[in-house]
Amino acid sequence: MIEVTDLSFTYPNGIEALKGVSIAIRNGDFVAIMGQNGAGKTTLVKHFNGLLKPAKGEVLVDGVNTRDVSVANLARKVGFVFQNPDHQLFCETVEDEVAFALKNFGYARNIISRRVNWALNLLGLTQYRKTSPFMLSGGERKRVALASVLAWNPKIVILDEPTIGQDYQQKEKLRQFITQLRAQKKTVVIVTHDVEFVAECNPRVVLMTEGKIVADGRADKILTDYELVTKASLVPPQVTQIFMKLSDLGLPSDVIDVHEARKILLDVLEGS
Amino acid sequence: MSVFDGLKFRKVSSPVHNLDPRVKFFFVCVLFVVAVMFVQLLPLLVLFFVPIPFVFVAGVKREWIRSLKGASMLAFIIFFFNFFFNYIYNEYPNIPSASLIEYSVTMTLRFIVMVETFSVFFLTTSPDLLGLALEQSRVPYEFCFAFTTAVRFVPVLAEEAQTIMDAQKSRGLELERGNFLKRIRNYIPILIPLIVSAIRRSLELAEAMESRAWGATKKRTNLYVLKLRKKDYALVLTSIFILILAILVWRFIPIPALNTLLSFS
Amino acid sequence: MKNLAVETKQATLTLALIETKNLTFTYPGGTKPAVGDVTISVEKGDFVILTGPSGCGKTTLCRCFNGLIPHFYGGKLEGDITVAGSNVTECSIHEFARHVGMVFQNPENQLFALSVEKDVAFGLENSGVPREEMRERVEWALQMTSIEELRERAPHELSGGQQQRVALACVLAMQPEVMVFDEPTSFLDPLGAQKIFEVINELNKKLGITVILVEHRLDLASRYANHVIVMDEGKVVLDGEPRRVFDSEKARLIGVGIPKATRLCQVLRENGVKLSEVPINSEEASQLLRKVLVHD
Repeated sequence: MIEVTDLSFTYPNGIEALKGVSIAIRNGDFVAIMGQNGAGKTTLVKHFNGLLKPAKGEVLVDGVNTRDVSVANLARKVGFVFQNPDHQLFCETVEDEVAFALKNFGYARNIISRRVNWALNLLGLTQYRKTSPFMLSGGERKRVALASVLAWNPKIVILDEPTIGQDYQQKEKLRQFITQLRAQKKTVVIVTHDVEFVAECNPRVVLMTEGKIVADGRADKILTDYELVTKASLVPPQVTQIFMKLSDLGLPSDVIDVHEARKILLDVLEGS
Repeated sequence: MSVFDGLKFRKVSSPVHNLDPRVKFFFVCVLFVVAVMFVQLLPLLVLFFVPIPFVFVAGVKREWIRSLKGASMLAFIIFFFNFFFNYIYNEYPNIPSASLIEYSVTMTLRFIVMVETFSVFFLTTSPDLLGLALEQSRVPYEFCFAFTTAVRFVPVLAEEAQTIMDAQKSRGLELERGNFLKRIRNYIPILIPLIVSAIRRSLELAEAMESRAWGATKKRTNLYVLKLRKKDYALVLTSIFILILAILVWRFIPIPALNTLLSFS
Repeated sequence: MKNLAVETKQATLTLALIETKNLTFTYPGGTKPAVGDVTISVEKGDFVILTGPSGCGKTTLCRCFNGLIPHFYGGKLEGDITVAGSNVTECSIHEFARHVGMVFQNPENQLFALSVEKDVAFGLENSGVPREEMRERVEWALQMTSIEELRERAPHELSGGQQQRVALACVLAMQPEVMVFDEPTSFLDPLGAQKIFEVINELNKKLGITVILVEHRLDLASRYANHVIVMDEGKVVLDGEPRRVFDSEKARLIGVGIPKATRLCQVLRENGVKLSEVPINSEEASQLLRKVLVHD
């Protein structure tokens, strides 16, 4: 469980990135933190694994104050997958890359080997085991980065802008993957501004703008609130836009998903 | 991060900043030459005070003092070596003479004068003006471009280094722990992504450069042009005046040692 | 009839700004071609969206349009490719830079100078344009992209969206006939992306610049295009008018992220609803659905 109370943070260059943010993320939650670039989303999640320490306020991870422990310590519970995999990859083989964190955490050799096999298998990378990570394509490198974080089986997984530069099929695979993580009872936090992707996942949505949380609730309630979404410099999902334009015909306004939209429209058409 | 802060140029404007860099460089060179000419303390003391008005007009007092503080360690070493070896060689085992002390201080002051003038030059010259001055001084464009591009990317690289450190820390890498050797090894996961990223970046930059007609003609034109103005000419004349004055003093006027002066008063 | 067909074809040929015929390219050291047997034709004033799954060859194809392939990358280029009347293999990259401008994915790595103005002038300086004319063109480019107030700023101080607009101005200042955009909004948030698409659209509609936009974000970009090319595994699999392409079964099979408006109407049609047109944005979809709902 992550409890954030009245968190404020200012970067050394004077930018006030967080202004009194409070949020609670329970075990097993699936949260999408959304907002425009510069709203403070990444700053907020960097507090969850201790990369940043609060200037004011508190961040508790499973009851432990992040000010009291190191990043390496918190990292065991909180896995952080960065946006650009090239900021992590440095080993000679994919195998070594995935084992890196496990070695840092001091796992025994046989456990490391078991975990590495499991992670490679999970992300379909077994055939690249002995390949240099630099030889792989962009999408494959992303998977290596993901595997290297999941290898130590953290309870909480944070994905920072996982959909940037991804095509539709890659996003589909990501969505399915998140579903798998949730089936393993992991807490998943994604930082994103990809409204359509979030609309397909339907998680809890936390909207941020200018260092503050302006909304926190279900995706179909928040992404359909035109004013809120515009305030956060986002665009509502296309399906929502269509239904908004047809609201005078008595159609519901909180639709974000194509399949739900289809059901509703078919019902209306059959009914009449 | 603090190391890079000094290089992150802030756009400040002052009469000194707006002087032509080539003229400023000429001024600095003159001061250098004069500093090397004299082995007496007095002229070097005068030289020490010459750049100070520039520091105040440009408003870079704090940064200038910081650079002097940085040089103080080296200055102390210079003083020590000059004093120690001259003493051992010439005056041992008598007590060190006043002229020896004065000589050592003079050598140290010469170094300090060089550091302070150079520091004023860099603190009051924006990198883009410097690049422009290089271009107009017929330095091959490739070098000028490499210089300004490098300066432009310093903050970007600094940020990237921080992100890489964050990413690796999030995988359990502990940079502060371990003995000396282990600590150096711990920087490999930082350096390799940084270098690989720099290589990838250069490739993208090269693509962008080619796409914008890089190398289309050897006769490159320039959006800006440095023009010498009245105050630039004033500084040139001042520099020449200082140089001539120094040569005359050096040639014809014997400079008393400080202790001789003091013993008169 | 036959004469008419020949005449029309000839007329089309003279309008084509970019033409490729059986274009095949293999990177040096590559085992199979990155693009294979590509035959396309882009007319003057077109707004083309080039899309397809990652690795399909769209980025490679783009690089053929301004000579980066083959001159910068090397490799083996087969087939014909003519851009603005010249054969790409015969002219150097800087000769093409006057006709074809390219904006890349990462805004940061396209800006070299320490001020926006100097960056916008970069291409002109390289080409030896006289100072007075350069000043005018830089001014014009800044105005067209609405970034006049940023002219003295350093690139690092700007947001991603602002940087991309600067990159746009840098390319625009060279007054090319064609502008190629390689996933220019990847790093931008939705509003930043929208702004860029709007600027690109203005350049296309007001200045007549031919646009080739490589994109995944079809929901935001498709409303501006009149021509869509879909690639998969190095080959062109769909080429035509946006509505036809997005609505096709092939697009869905390949996994192209067609606009949700189009998808919704597709699934409704699968369930027997009669829809007369194919929408590609929310306005069209809502109008279409309104007709059906009110009619009932």
